[in-house]
Amino acid sequence: MRVPILKQGQYLIATIQSALTDEDLLQLRDELTDRVGKYRSRGVIVDVTALDIMDSFATQTLRALAHMIRLRGAETVIVGVQPEVAFTMVQLGLTLEGISTALDLEEGLAQLNLKTRGVEARERRG
Amino acid sequence: MRDADEVKVSISSEADVVTAREAGRQMASEIGLNGSLPTLIATAISEVSRNIIQYAGKGEIILRPLHQSLKTGIMIIARDKGPGIADVEQAMKDGYTTGRGLGLGLPGTRRLMDEFEIVSKKGKGTTVTMKKWM
Repeated sequence: MRVPILKQGQYLIATIQSALTDEDLLQLRDELTDRVGKYRSRGVIVDVTALDIMDSFATQTLRALAHMIRLRGAETVIVGVQPEVAFTMVQLGLTLEGISTALDLEEGLAQLNLKTRGVEARERRG
Repeated sequence: MRDADEVKVSISSEADVVTAREAGRQMASEIGLNGSLPTLIATAISEVSRNIIQYAGKGEIILRPLHQSLKTGIMIIARDKGPGIADVEQAMKDGYTTGRGLGLGLPGTRRLMDEFEIVSKKGKGTTVTMKKWM
């Protein structure tokens, strides 16, 4: 099950639509890291609303994804962590420390706009 | 004696991990475990079945509904005939891993469950038995 990645302006939006295997998650990580360069994207949103569990592997992979994308010069926001998923992650001892999260897509986009505003302003000044 | 509605899932690929956790979620919902419990149970199954793939290559997950006089629960057995765990005590410590994970799988899973038992013999395999009550 591949995750569709949508290009919207300077951002990439990946919406997870069903349960993913470990391999699918690794593929998403690599594809996003790749496309950030290809499209010169400033920000990435990973929408996990439909992800029914976030176990240690999923959390580790999303963390790696966000760090890799930051190294490529873009920002990542994880959106849509469901309440019961959040509860389970905390019990397991998993965190998304250092990673931006937002309630939903709308909030995530607002966060990216704030984070990348400085970059755009500098570009306009040339 | 086996419960009639016991479910067994063979684990030998990553796709089986998904099948097992979905079976766990479904059983949890069917027997009336609600709230965060189905997610919690599916996550615990994901952790132990990934361990099977990673360390033993193959094994099985057995899910069994538990009905006691006043409480309902679910029993999850993860069994493999892999190399076994050399030092179980160490494997249960946060942050310890011999694999590629975070070392939170087993100790984290124990925190999710009400009862958790692990029996491992070097060269013979590992069995994790855990229960979650409503």
